[in-house]
Amino acid sequence: MSTRRNFLKGVVAASGAAVAATAVTVSPAAARETKQRPPEALGLLYDATLCVGCKACVAACKQVNDNPAEFSTLDQLWDTPLDTSAHTFNLIKMYRSGTMETKDAEENGYAFMKTSCMHCADPSCVSACPVSAMTKNPENGIVEYNADACIGCRYCVAACPFGIPKYEYDSPTGKIGKCELCRHRHKDGHYSACAEVCPTGATLFGRTEDLLAEAKRRLSLKAGDLAVFPRGRLRHGQERILAGGEDGKGERRRQGWRDEPDQSYEAVVGNYQQHVYGEKEYGGTQVLKLSGVPFEKVGMPNLPPEAAAAHSESIQHMLYGGLVMPFAVLGAMTYIAKRNVVADDEDEKGENRDGR
Amino acid sequence: MAANRHAAHADHAPAPVGGNLFNAATLVCGVLIAIMIAILAVRFVFGLGAVTNLNDGYPWGIWVVVDVVIGSAFACGGFSVAMLVYIFNKGQYHPLVRPALLASLFGYTLAGVGVIFDLGRWWNFWHIFAPGYANPNSVMFEVAVCISAYIVVMWLEFSPAFFEKWGMKDAKRKLNKVLFFLVALGTVLPMMHQSSLGTLIVVMGVQINPLWQTKLIPLLFLLTAIVIGYGVVLFESCVASSAYRRKIELHLLEPLAKIMLGMLAVFLVVRFGDLVVRGALPLAFKGNVAALAFWVETVCFVAPFAIIGSATARRNPAKLFLAGTAIMLGGIFMRINAFLIGYDTGVGVDPGWSYFPSVPELMVTIGMFAVEVLGYIIITRRFPVLPREETQAAH
Repeated sequence: MSTRRNFLKGVVAASGAAVAATAVTVSPAAARETKQRPPEALGLLYDATLCVGCKACVAACKQVNDNPAEFSTLDQLWDTPLDTSAHTFNLIKMYRSGTMETKDAEENGYAFMKTSCMHCADPSCVSACPVSAMTKNPENGIVEYNADACIGCRYCVAACPFGIPKYEYDSPTGKIGKCELCRHRHKDGHYSACAEVCPTGATLFGRTEDLLAEAKRRLSLKAGDLAVFPRGRLRHGQERILAGGEDGKGERRRQGWRDEPDQSYEAVVGNYQQHVYGEKEYGGTQVLKLSGVPFEKVGMPNLPPEAAAAHSESIQHMLYGGLVMPFAVLGAMTYIAKRNVVADDEDEKGENRDGR
Repeated sequence: MAANRHAAHADHAPAPVGGNLFNAATLVCGVLIAIMIAILAVRFVFGLGAVTNLNDGYPWGIWVVVDVVIGSAFACGGFSVAMLVYIFNKGQYHPLVRPALLASLFGYTLAGVGVIFDLGRWWNFWHIFAPGYANPNSVMFEVAVCISAYIVVMWLEFSPAFFEKWGMKDAKRKLNKVLFFLVALGTVLPMMHQSSLGTLIVVMGVQINPLWQTKLIPLLFLLTAIVIGYGVVLFESCVASSAYRRKIELHLLEPLAKIMLGMLAVFLVVRFGDLVVRGALPLAFKGNVAALAFWVETVCFVAPFAIIGSATARRNPAKLFLAGTAIMLGGIFMRINAFLIGYDTGVGVDPGWSYFPSVPELMVTIGMFAVEVLGYIIITRRFPVLPREETQAAH
């Protein structure tokens, strides 16, 4: 009987230790903090109130990324994808309510929303990828995909809260497809094609820090007033006016991008939700969004400020950091097993000892 | 009863069951395996979409959740029993070690092989182990490395069965000297990856229903894996004795079932304590599929207390079998719930993703199960795995 009592004690102790170990992962001391955007992070600002739904950005994205058209209608005349896919990295979706009379109104209105990679400060896909095929560029923060490293496990597809990495299920050598902010065009001085072609400046390219300042400027404007809105790439000149001057630093930052004429124009200020989507979600994203309709209604999930990747890696690091825990447990198990394992020939003895 | 116990103790050394390898069971397995191979040929030539219902809303289907996550949990019999015998020093369970280990060996080896079917770019799979590619922050990295190591350890742990068959006494003696270390590894590695299989969902964040998305999910997966291990042993012992018309090892299964109930109680306390502390329990009372799935899972985990709560009931093979089955079902539901039913990507953005496995997808999973059963039959009939019996009526 005493052995059984000892055994039960052992079970309770082992379970207790496991509970304690897991509980420590939750404590802030052991936690891996949510990562922040790198200072030179590049991104986009999408302002739904400026978007007219022309989908020039969708077409340009297809073109520069060599992606084929995808059809959702009977007559396959033009590109009509219903969602992003391994061949559609950028899409404008539409919100409809009731009579659809007023643009950017929640009731009886309609609105647009861009769907593409948010380039998270602390991306779930990068944390999930077991083979470093998804990586975050340490300089500009772009979340990059390398098909040559990829094993096609699709953990990134499952992990992303925005449903962005997509897989080619119709190919025996399927790859992941997602927006990489047109990084392949940067060396020629081109930036993201969606921002380059946007006729209203609804999609704006730039440093996320500058884009965030621009977004906050817009939220401070009075709805219905006239204001100046930049188009294409958010440039140093405007940045200095908006952010209060940074003494020539912008000149250096502009280096590398092609020279463009100032495309700013005057437009009516929209009726914004007072929320820059992407400022704090999951530790922040490099693509920011403004909208007239509440974000959950246009498909942007309500995310906490701590990234899921931070939770996941906190648990990982707690349990496996420096392999301390596994070796400690292995040591203990080896010690106990060494005492208890009897060679098969001696089994009879062991059996007699335990026979009740 | 006393006579039975005595007989089993006197001569429990493992021995081949013997008998014919060609019978209805092995034939059915062979046909199922052939069907699986044909489907896999199509999959490797035309891609995953040609045979599965996988999509970007449900990038993981039953090949991951059933073949790997559930398959490996079902293969925890070896781990659970070895831990009981060698760590908690309950030597009387020794006759259960080899059969349990054999089932585990197949479960894990096939889970490892099954992953390859699901990998879209399988020829790169070695990147997981290659410095420069490997990402130690990834939960999947941990799972992959740990399961691979465990498969090797288990083959070594099981190798005495082969050494005995082929008379390799020297090899067996050498292995016996390091067996204690293999046994230790064989308990630590499953603890690591069975918990990590649960941690896999943590990075999926808000997409997982809070009934399953918890920081304690690694502990919940580990505890259920151990309980499932015992449940599988009950199930297997009953099936093996009825199929081979052998005596059932009731004197072992009765106390084992009691231990299983103890672990199950610990699990249920942690499970509900966590739900209450996080304030997620009200979600279980919503009128939706997730809430229903939660209760189906919970009923399966509670049922064994009703079925084999009394010592009398634990001496009834039919009830032990039922309780083992309930535990296994609970494990199945918990894992399917956490990975599929409780998973919703896009949260309203998507065009309404849905997933139910296709027939070819199911046939591959069934085919993998057939490989397992066929392997178990061949090895137990030809190699010393099951305890020796006086009268062997296995045909």
